[in-house]
Amino acid sequence: MAKVNVQTQDFDIGAETAALTAGHTNIGGIGCFIGTVRAAPPDQRAITALTLEHYPAMTQRALEKIAAEAERRWSLLGCTVIHRHGRLELGANIVLVIAAAAHRQAALDAASFLIDWLKTKAPFWKQEHFLDGATTWVEAKSTDADAAARWSD
Amino acid sequence: MNPAPLTILYFAWLRERAGRSEEQLTPPETVRTIADLITWLSQRSAGHAAAFAHTATIRCAINQEFCDPSAAIKPGDEIAFFPPVTGG
Repeated sequence: MAKVNVQTQDFDIGAETAALTAGHTNIGGIGCFIGTVRAAPPDQRAITALTLEHYPAMTQRALEKIAAEAERRWSLLGCTVIHRHGRLELGANIVLVIAAAAHRQAALDAASFLIDWLKTKAPFWKQEHFLDGATTWVEAKSTDADAAARWSD
Repeated sequence: MNPAPLTILYFAWLRERAGRSEEQLTPPETVRTIADLITWLSQRSAGHAAAFAHTATIRCAINQEFCDPSAAIKPGDEIAFFPPVTGG
C-alpha cells in the first residue's frame, strides 16, 4: 500500500526514503523523482513563484489510483507520492515520487510511470506569478500527454 | 419532492472567469449530459459564458472521476469543470 500525501508543507527526501525502506532487507533499488519550481529562461518573462491549485475531494484518490496502478505493473516493495499545493517559491519542491523494488529497472520504470501519469491524471493546476505581480495559468503540454501515453491505459 | 441540486465546482481559470468556485443548481430535466449542462450554464451569466467559451480546453469530472462531455448526470452529482491538469 503506497503512502500518498497532499500537503502545503515541504517534504524531506531522506526521511521519506528512510521511512519507505525501514524494516525491509529485500530492497535492491530505489527510483526517485523530485519536481521543483524553476525560473523562466532568460528570453521569457521572469517568474517569481507558482501557486498550485487542486481539487481536494479528488486529489488524494486520484494519486492513490496512480500509485495502485504502479504497484499492479511492477513488484514494488514500497511506493511514496507526495504533492504540495499552495504558493511555492523558485527552487521549492513540488512533488516527490519514490518507488522501491528488488532491482533497479522496476524501481526506475515505476518512478518514471508515476510522474508521467501524475502529470496528466492528477487534478492540479499551476499558476505562474511574474515580477510585476501579474499571473497566468500554465497550459498543459502535449509532450506530457505523449509521455503518459508511452505507458498506455 | 424536488430533485437534489447539482454541486458545480470550478477550478483555475474557469473559476476566475465564472467568478465563483462553487454553486448549487437544479437544471431542467432536459439537461441530461455534461454537454447539455455546459450549454445551459453558459446562458446563466456573462462570466459563465466566458468560462465555457472554449469547450475544447475544458475537462470535467462527475463525483471526483474524470468523464467525457457525453457522460450522463443525475440529481445530487458533484460536477467539476477545469482546464487540462498541469501538476507535477
